[in-house]
Amino acid sequence: MTALTLIPNPKSLNPQNKGYETTMINLLAQIGSRVWMPDNASNYGSEVDGLFYFIYWLCVLMFMMILGWMVLFVVRYRKRAGYEANKPAPHHSTALELTWSIIPTFVVMGIFYFGFKGFLDMATPPSQAYEIQVIAKKWSWQFVYPNGHVDNNLHVPVDTPIRLVMQSDDVIHSLFIPAFRIKKDAVPGRFTKTWFTATQPGDFNLFCAEYCGQQHSVMKSVVTVHPAGEFEGWLTDAANFLKTMSPIEAGEKIYNLRGCAQCHTNDGQASTGPSFKDLFGREEAMTDGSKILADEAYIKQSILEPGAHIVSGYQNVMPTYKGQLKDSEITALILYFKSISKHFDGNIPTEPLEKDDQAASEQENQSSQTTTEGQQ
Amino acid sequence: MTSIPTPHANDLPESQHNSGDNYLNHSRGFASWAFTVDHKRIGIMYGISICTFLLLGGIFALILRTMLALPIANIENHANYDPAYLKHWMDVYNHMFTLHGAVMVFLFIIPGIPAVLGNFVLPLMLGAKDVAFPKLNLASFHIFVIGSLILAWVLLKGVLVAMFPGLAQYIGYGGLETGWTFYTPYSMDSNSAVVEATFGAFVLGFSSILTGVNFIASMHMLRPKGMSWFRMPLFLWALYGTAIIQLLATPVLAITLLLLIAERAFRVGIFDPNLGGDPILYQHFFWFYSHPAVYIMVLPAMGVISELVTAHSRKHIFGYSFIAYSSIAIALLGFFVWGHHMFTSGQSPMANAVFSLLTFSVSIPSAIKVFNWLSTMYRGEIHLRTPMLYVLSFILLFAIGGLTGLFLGALATDIHLHDTYFIVAHFHYVMMGSTLIAFLGGMYHWWPKMTGKMYSEKVGAIACAMVFVGFNLTFFIQFIAGSQGMPRRYASYIDDYQIYHHISTGGAFVLGSGLFLVLFNWIHSLLKGAPAPANPWGANTLEWQCSSPPPHDNFTDTPAAGDPYDMTEWQYDESIKGYVKAND
Repeated sequence: MTALTLIPNPKSLNPQNKGYETTMINLLAQIGSRVWMPDNASNYGSEVDGLFYFIYWLCVLMFMMILGWMVLFVVRYRKRAGYEANKPAPHHSTALELTWSIIPTFVVMGIFYFGFKGFLDMATPPSQAYEIQVIAKKWSWQFVYPNGHVDNNLHVPVDTPIRLVMQSDDVIHSLFIPAFRIKKDAVPGRFTKTWFTATQPGDFNLFCAEYCGQQHSVMKSVVTVHPAGEFEGWLTDAANFLKTMSPIEAGEKIYNLRGCAQCHTNDGQASTGPSFKDLFGREEAMTDGSKILADEAYIKQSILEPGAHIVSGYQNVMPTYKGQLKDSEITALILYFKSISKHFDGNIPTEPLEKDDQAASEQENQSSQTTTEGQQ
Repeated sequence: MTSIPTPHANDLPESQHNSGDNYLNHSRGFASWAFTVDHKRIGIMYGISICTFLLLGGIFALILRTMLALPIANIENHANYDPAYLKHWMDVYNHMFTLHGAVMVFLFIIPGIPAVLGNFVLPLMLGAKDVAFPKLNLASFHIFVIGSLILAWVLLKGVLVAMFPGLAQYIGYGGLETGWTFYTPYSMDSNSAVVEATFGAFVLGFSSILTGVNFIASMHMLRPKGMSWFRMPLFLWALYGTAIIQLLATPVLAITLLLLIAERAFRVGIFDPNLGGDPILYQHFFWFYSHPAVYIMVLPAMGVISELVTAHSRKHIFGYSFIAYSSIAIALLGFFVWGHHMFTSGQSPMANAVFSLLTFSVSIPSAIKVFNWLSTMYRGEIHLRTPMLYVLSFILLFAIGGLTGLFLGALATDIHLHDTYFIVAHFHYVMMGSTLIAFLGGMYHWWPKMTGKMYSEKVGAIACAMVFVGFNLTFFIQFIAGSQGMPRRYASYIDDYQIYHHISTGGAFVLGSGLFLVLFNWIHSLLKGAPAPANPWGANTLEWQCSSPPPHDNFTDTPAAGDPYDMTEWQYDESIKGYVKAND
């Protein structure tokens, strides 16, 4: 991925796209690709890069022409001893004017056509594409898979058309994967869509390209393209993290994945909501004047009915997680809170909360599917 | 006050510079400047304010580039820093890039050439005593000062408070970190001083509109005998095109900013999706002004270049009518391309296709101008004086800026390049590489007329070379960074992009040094410059037919206008180091 390397890049010298390498444009693309454009890893590469290098070499040609004329004229006609301008010189020529108006018009219309053609492919996803929901918020990405699994990184199978259905929770963000040549804004109040087919297994950068405030530049994520046949296995494992991770790890993962971290810190600093550090076992003063001990029941109620009791000094702004978090996930969260509280000194189990049980897994799949539908 | 006749260039050569009434010594005192209706003094005052803002925006550009070259900007190193400090650092960066963008766009590039060179030169080129409405002209300047002080104070306060939070108790919170574009809904959410800043920009809009009205009226009413529309200098054609855009587009910006203020103050629900509004609507409104505004920035620059290339090549401009018509074509077509800023926003593919097609149509008039400037040099007598060096820089930088626009007009490539450093590089080539370069070239060209002093050609040439080299070092590398995927408005970046940022920052310091050398040359000229003759370049436009600096009333008798680019009658006279008309 490091650019500006002077060593020939084996990948760009041996494009896998057969029948394409014979064209002149591609030859030029190979020369340029040591400097311009990252290595391509999607279905758009040949079209976008082909057009890029076509325009690029056209620009080089035009620029050299302008530079050449300029240097020639400056050298030949500059004021110097013994040089007199041969007057009168022509200062109008309709034929010339028309030439340099009409030829560029045809050239740019050609560029428009190829740009439009490439864009139409981007705008029309194939009907059988695998759909992933994208939720952008300050300053992280959530990718929701058909089985209900939520992840901060985008995982996709290779050589499969993927459709991203995007929305934003707050301001405008923009999903940008340079290696795939795609970019699409996530606009609050709208659904936007884009699609791609990843052609190379590996990890690729995913950036936010629309300025969204303080941590815009670290709102990045990774696209992992899984080799053929490995994606399904990853998805099942990832969705079953309660069966593989200790409760504390699982709780921390949920805390980071499901948006808790956007408003509640785990280091003691107040944010939109109270910090989770040392929360468990503390007595909290409420807006209605009452005092409540933060125990298991209080935490569970605050997740499912956030408006029931508001801690003094904070607003009632949290959405409910009813139907979005399973009981075992809430249990994992509570255990995680216990692990970062000085008020708790008991034991926390280290065994995964869920057993690898076929029946349980089926039931869980069902419940998470209802969850996804509920979200839509 | 007009008892002293306009001196002829070849009699009493000394009297025209050292003694005699001119606009600079005509009256004295602060009020004689602050409340003058003399277009020349207003032009000079604009010049001083606008160069001050250029200095402010430029210093913050250097600080920005320095921040991006520090280890903290590399995400790999973030683990070494306290998270709270990192957030603070990002806040400072965000305030700074907003300040740099807003100051440069609203306070330097948009007003720059029309307000400074346009005000000074337009009436002189028309052989007139002043613009059509001198008092309105003064009002535009006062409005500009008020608006610019509001905007600059809000921005500067934001940066200062972001850097030193302790200051807030003395000067209050505020500032702006939305970027100069104020995109909704971010500008709704942001707790910065969006209302105050947009109010400043709103006030500035009136200055722009009133200047446009004044210029259009002047060109319609004040052209002297013999100056038909097609004998008008091309700089005036360019200003005419600019004024059309100022008149038609600026009210849309005013409405947009008012809606934004209303939305924030009263929660109306126009742009905010939580209130049922549409954030993309804001982008349509905003770019409906701000794309034509790109031509407010670049058209006058093209006009300056048209004047400079012919004067310093000592040859009639090539393709006069094509250059004139292309200015008007750009002004009109520029209104129909705003959607190309929104190709990734989710606007319909049909709209994208139409805007892409229209965008390419604007490229043709610009290409026509470049070819005509080059052809003007053909068989001329090219004097490589500082203004001409800026012309050559302009043509090359504008060519790069224009050609890279082809990547962005084409839909398939724009999707990849949109909102990356490729865009940053592209618009710096067009705005800075063209507008700033033309502004500097124009300042050198008209400097003898404005100040009555000559400047050092040697220092001028060195500074121009430094600016050219520094500029390309800073911004060409950004095309590469952008094509590799480096997004814009990033306070930090992944390791892959570090090399580009280091090169770019190095270039920025060369560029900055070059610009300080320009300033030094001007100050040196004011203090120690040789007196300027009436016509140091032998140009035939009317401003060179009054003395340098011009008298208070410009011309005793309205000069007769002929072909503005027929320079054959002007012959060099060694004794005054300037040109005189052969038949005088």
